[in-house]
Amino acid sequence: MKSIQIILLSLITALLVLVSCGDDSEPMEMFTDSFDREAMLTDWADGIIIPSFENYVDALGQFNTDKDEFINKSTEEQLIELRASYIEAYKAWQRVAMFNIGKAEEIRLLNFTNVYPTDTESIEENITTQDYNLTLPSSYDEQGFPALDYLLYGVGDSDEMILEVLSGAGASTYLSDLIENLHSNAEVVLEDWKSNYRSTFINNSGSSATASVDKMVNDFLFYYEKYLRAGKIGIPAGVFSGSPIATSVEAPYSAIYSKELFLEGFDAVQDFFSGNSFDNSTVTSLKAYLDYISVQNGTPNIADLIINQWMLVSDSLTELSEDFSNQINVDNSKMLATYDELQVAVVLLKVDMLQALNIQVDFVDADGD
Amino acid sequence: MNNMLLQDYIDKQTKAASLAVFRFLFGLIMAISIIRFWYNGWIEKLYLLPKFHFHYTGFDFIQVPGQWTYLLFIICFISAVGVCIGWKYRLSITTFFLCFTYIELMDKTTYLNHYYFVSVMSFLLIFLPAHAYYSVDAKHNKLIGSRYIPRWTVDIVKLMLAIVYIYAGLAKLNYDWIMLAMPLSIWLPTKMDIPLLGAVMHEKWLHYLFSWGGAIYDLSIVFLLLWKRTRVFAFIMVIVFHVLTRVLFPIGMFPYIMIAGTIIFFSPEFHERFMEFVVRFFPFDKLMSRDGAVAIDQEEPPQNEHFNSVIGIHQIPFVRYILMAFMAFQLIFPLRCFFLTDNVYWTEQGYRFSWRVMLMEKTGYANFKIVDSLSQKRFYVQNEDFLTSLQQKQMSTQPDFILEYAQYLAQHFSSQGHENIEVYVESYAALNGRPNQPFIDPNVNLLDVSYRELCQNHITPLNE
Repeated sequence: MKSIQIILLSLITALLVLVSCGDDSEPMEMFTDSFDREAMLTDWADGIIIPSFENYVDALGQFNTDKDEFINKSTEEQLIELRASYIEAYKAWQRVAMFNIGKAEEIRLLNFTNVYPTDTESIEENITTQDYNLTLPSSYDEQGFPALDYLLYGVGDSDEMILEVLSGAGASTYLSDLIENLHSNAEVVLEDWKSNYRSTFINNSGSSATASVDKMVNDFLFYYEKYLRAGKIGIPAGVFSGSPIATSVEAPYSAIYSKELFLEGFDAVQDFFSGNSFDNSTVTSLKAYLDYISVQNGTPNIADLIINQWMLVSDSLTELSEDFSNQINVDNSKMLATYDELQVAVVLLKVDMLQALNIQVDFVDADGD
Repeated sequence: MNNMLLQDYIDKQTKAASLAVFRFLFGLIMAISIIRFWYNGWIEKLYLLPKFHFHYTGFDFIQVPGQWTYLLFIICFISAVGVCIGWKYRLSITTFFLCFTYIELMDKTTYLNHYYFVSVMSFLLIFLPAHAYYSVDAKHNKLIGSRYIPRWTVDIVKLMLAIVYIYAGLAKLNYDWIMLAMPLSIWLPTKMDIPLLGAVMHEKWLHYLFSWGGAIYDLSIVFLLLWKRTRVFAFIMVIVFHVLTRVLFPIGMFPYIMIAGTIIFFSPEFHERFMEFVVRFFPFDKLMSRDGAVAIDQEEPPQNEHFNSVIGIHQIPFVRYILMAFMAFQLIFPLRCFFLTDNVYWTEQGYRFSWRVMLMEKTGYANFKIVDSLSQKRFYVQNEDFLTSLQQKQMSTQPDFILEYAQYLAQHFSSQGHENIEVYVESYAALNGRPNQPFIDPNVNLLDVSYRELCQNHITPLNE
């Protein structure tokens, strides 16, 4: 009889522990000398993500103001200013594109901001008919920076012609709508970070597949692999199609910015990884986490391998011309060389880093054994 | 003489409560598992969303039946409830076995040892008189009800549990686990925010303690459970061990299944009291009551003649041969890797179905190149166009997945009009904390090789 009581008691205890340690349990405050993931999340939010979004919203604010002035008086001088604020905003975007988490993920900020190649036929049609709904998924490639690149550089053969087209009522409304949409979407995301997502993000400091570190690292890798490596270099260089598609580069109509935009995105990736905050101080990030693990386990430091590999990427970039579509047409092998260096880092990031940090490349929170 | 001993053993009896408890808990946990699986949205994520499914060799004909998959889960759930309360038991457990196994065979991406364990156990249960006591069937059919059943029908369940634990323990006796405390050294340090133990999760001694402790636990627990004097202690160890694994790792229902399963090692009297305890909390005591059982008031095991009146296919000699063959298979099959490969963790030949649980941290990356053999034109594949992230993860470290995926890619691109297709893979994998290294030979056209050739000749040996 006694043994039965013990058994029932332990069964009930076990059940209680199991239930209380469900997936949603709050991580307990512990004072340890181990790596502080919560501090890293705080640094990400306060040092990198929020300042980058603030900068992005500011740049779009300027873009919006310049747009209003441009619509008021469509002179060549105003067009030049508008183009300058366009590229500033586009560069600021490159610094937030990888943070596809929280509100940005929810409202699909990425899709509404930078899907290219843009659909020029639909844009022309939208301008003519004035009948469009930019909130639909089918309109991803009719808006955002790629559409603005077309409007500001591609609707006419010369600046005079472009000015003429843009001074038309339909075109200026469309231009205005695109910029205002970018601006308001960015504001929504920044507002959410400031008002509530920051604390959600930081407090979810566990190690499950749905915890912030796991999700952020997955987003970071996804951005690196899909948008930086494939979108900006691989797809136009023909890595996935067999033959190059020079028109698929980012910002093909301005035709001078594709490298600059890539460099900004690549810098953003490296800064996030190494923990260079927006104001150029050093904060805790993946490099520090990997350094810690490497010392702890006495294993080779993967962060150094990754950073060295990115230096090779930078070296290969010096060979590329400012306009990637030009580079593809002249000597695509140099584009492919850059792609290959970016690719080597993918293996280090997705295999060695993920293993060291015990993060699963897995967006399904499924069981293991 | 031997025959006599065997016959004696076969005739030995024990109280039916042991199997009744096992059946009740097994059915209950399975029913909960299915609800949980559905609730988590995994039917859609794991079976309906993927464009392509990885098949087990010889089971290519098993397909995901589209929206009917939900019906499959509903049937699986109903049969699990049937097993739990012992309602049309033989039909319920057979249906459950078939549905559950079918679901598992639909995509090997989702393979887990404990799913295999469920299939194995439910197969065994088809042949056992687990509905002789505390079941709806026994209530309604006096021929089924019995307070006693052959002892071997309980022992065979214990034997199966013993195989699981002992093979899991033997598998832990490898260099990485024992000498390097891998992969726990990778997994544990990230668990710094769990209660109490979080503060020491990064300590090397803890990784060794858990590694060695886990191996000793797996190897000894069955013996400690079998011996009466250590049984209570052993059961507490079972709970501590499985609760710990549940807290540390995302292993779903497995801890509950094992905790419930090991209860079978307790005495028959314990199981009777357990059921009496259970019926106090569940409203169906009338349904399952032993009042309907034939042998209810007999304290002594009944005579053979009486006992034989119990209807059960376990009485049929042929069924006993099936079960003997099945258990022999269970003993031999997990050992096949020794004939197949030098390093089962690297090549994964013979890895599945052999109770290798939580033994490795393996991450991989596989980049597929499609080449036109005549024009030498080439391009790379974006895996996310074809596979879910879970499928990509599983595919990138397992040669059989890589081969099947290559064949699928060839089919896909030839249907798009590509010709003279060759498929190559540039793949890297990292095992238990080692730096990444080349996995499959990037110069072999995957369409030219069989699985066996691929494993024997085209896997780059693991560089220790």
